[in-house]
Amino acid sequence: MNDVLKDTRDDHVVIRDVTFRRGQRKIFDGVDLTVPRGKIVAIMGPSGTGKTTLLRLIGGQLKPDTGVVEVDGRRIPQLTRSELFEVRKSMGMLFQSGALFTDLSVFDNVAFPLRIHTDLPEDMIRDLVLIKLQSVGLRGASQLFPSELSGGMNRRVALARAIALDPGLIMYDEPFAGLDPIAMGVIVQLIKTLNQVFGMTSIIVSHDIHETASIADLIYVISDGKVIGSGAPQDLMQSEAPKIQQFIKGIPDGPVPFHYPAADFEEEIMAGQEQRGWFG
Amino acid sequence: MLSALRNLGQFSLDLLEVLGRAGSLWWQAIWRRPRLANAPLLIRQIYQLGVLSVVITVLSGFSIGAVLALQGYNQLVKYGSESALGLGVALVLVMEIGPVVAGLLFAGRAGSAVTAEIGLMKATEQLSSMEMMGVDPLQRIVAPRLWAGFIAMPILALMFSVVGIWGSSLVGVDWLGVYEGAFWSAMQDGVDFKSHVLKGIVKSVVFGLVVTWIAVFQGYDTAPTSEGIAAATTRTVVYSSVAVLILDFFLTLVMFNF
Repeated sequence: MNDVLKDTRDDHVVIRDVTFRRGQRKIFDGVDLTVPRGKIVAIMGPSGTGKTTLLRLIGGQLKPDTGVVEVDGRRIPQLTRSELFEVRKSMGMLFQSGALFTDLSVFDNVAFPLRIHTDLPEDMIRDLVLIKLQSVGLRGASQLFPSELSGGMNRRVALARAIALDPGLIMYDEPFAGLDPIAMGVIVQLIKTLNQVFGMTSIIVSHDIHETASIADLIYVISDGKVIGSGAPQDLMQSEAPKIQQFIKGIPDGPVPFHYPAADFEEEIMAGQEQRGWFG
Repeated sequence: MLSALRNLGQFSLDLLEVLGRAGSLWWQAIWRRPRLANAPLLIRQIYQLGVLSVVITVLSGFSIGAVLALQGYNQLVKYGSESALGLGVALVLVMEIGPVVAGLLFAGRAGSAVTAEIGLMKATEQLSSMEMMGVDPLQRIVAPRLWAGFIAMPILALMFSVVGIWGSSLVGVDWLGVYEGAFWSAMQDGVDFKSHVLKGIVKSVVFGLVVTWIAVFQGYDTAPTSEGIAAATTRTVVYSSVAVLILDFFLTLVMFNF
């Protein structure tokens, strides 16, 4: 056990021996991981390894085939629909696309969860929304509509909305994907600040090694449906396991093959030439 | 032979699965009655689905009423019974053409929009983000649309019939010269609220339910891609039009004591 895991007394999210299939494809095959309270935990791995699926399992949007998913000691897959919606009030999630409601202004987007889940008077909601927008630096954009925002701004508004109810747990789905370096720096800084100032437990799903490693307390690397490595960023960088090395250094071919499984190259080329007779 | 049998079995299983999912969506959503706090959502949907469909419904109703008068007059005048024109047009509109054509128009105008809107919400993760905020999309998105269709459709069908009757009177009475007194009094005598108008309303309520159900389900169940949304929108229009026509046959069979 490494240091980060040892000094935590309570775990915010526990995932034990989870398997999950989508059709014939096995996405997870016995995944175990824990997210200590108040830490930034990164889940990394090549595209298509089901990182986003993992967030959806934690949020209860999907149910695992077997295994345990616990948030704050409550078993998510066993909850009824209304219990689940209750638990989700203490979770925030930042979607890759931002997922802002396109028919509402920036202000109304951030106010949306407050108006639904609280009975606060409108002037207090206004103050809260402006505070959240100020913290992501977009108070001035409160009257714009999502279609008028850049990708980075979109994600910042979505972040303000995700933290509107001050959740204890926040999940980021590919928060750095498709951003320019400045916008990326802003998001990195925001994730870190939110974690430090409000003590929010943060789960980041990403494949951007450097940005993620710069803020994460703990990293899990997932590949082929299993956790293939975990630890503090610097430990992981020194790992000898070939799959982890390939992923961290970005080597095109290795244990994770460059080629999608296919028939023998020479045979397929030759077979194509024989068939050509049909059309001359 | 065996593979044909297997395909048939697979098709039936798939069909049952889709019906099951659609049914459970409807069942779950319909019990989320629009609460008072959600009234603005319902009103907005009644506007989107109902009020915005008024123009196309009224225009179609008028022209169909006018055409019915033209064709009806041609036939009736041969037997000197053109005074029955008003009665005939009114019965046909109130019992059949009003609910059915308004239902078809509703499917094309409102159903397709509902599917595209919900499908796009799904594709842009708006539904997911709503769920993750602890807001039930069945309550907030699906239920108001189902109820709005339920409320708007009979009103649209009635408007269609009323405007159609007006159009037929313009053509029949004012242009072709059918005697006005006979036109209206035959209608008044022959059209009964309980045995004609009410049955037409029942039909339009059923069509409203079915069309919005299909539209909402297709949007909710779509593959979250542009092809997926395009296909789902097409399916909404095709399925709900066919459903309206087939249901009309059975409703007529049951309600009019054949």
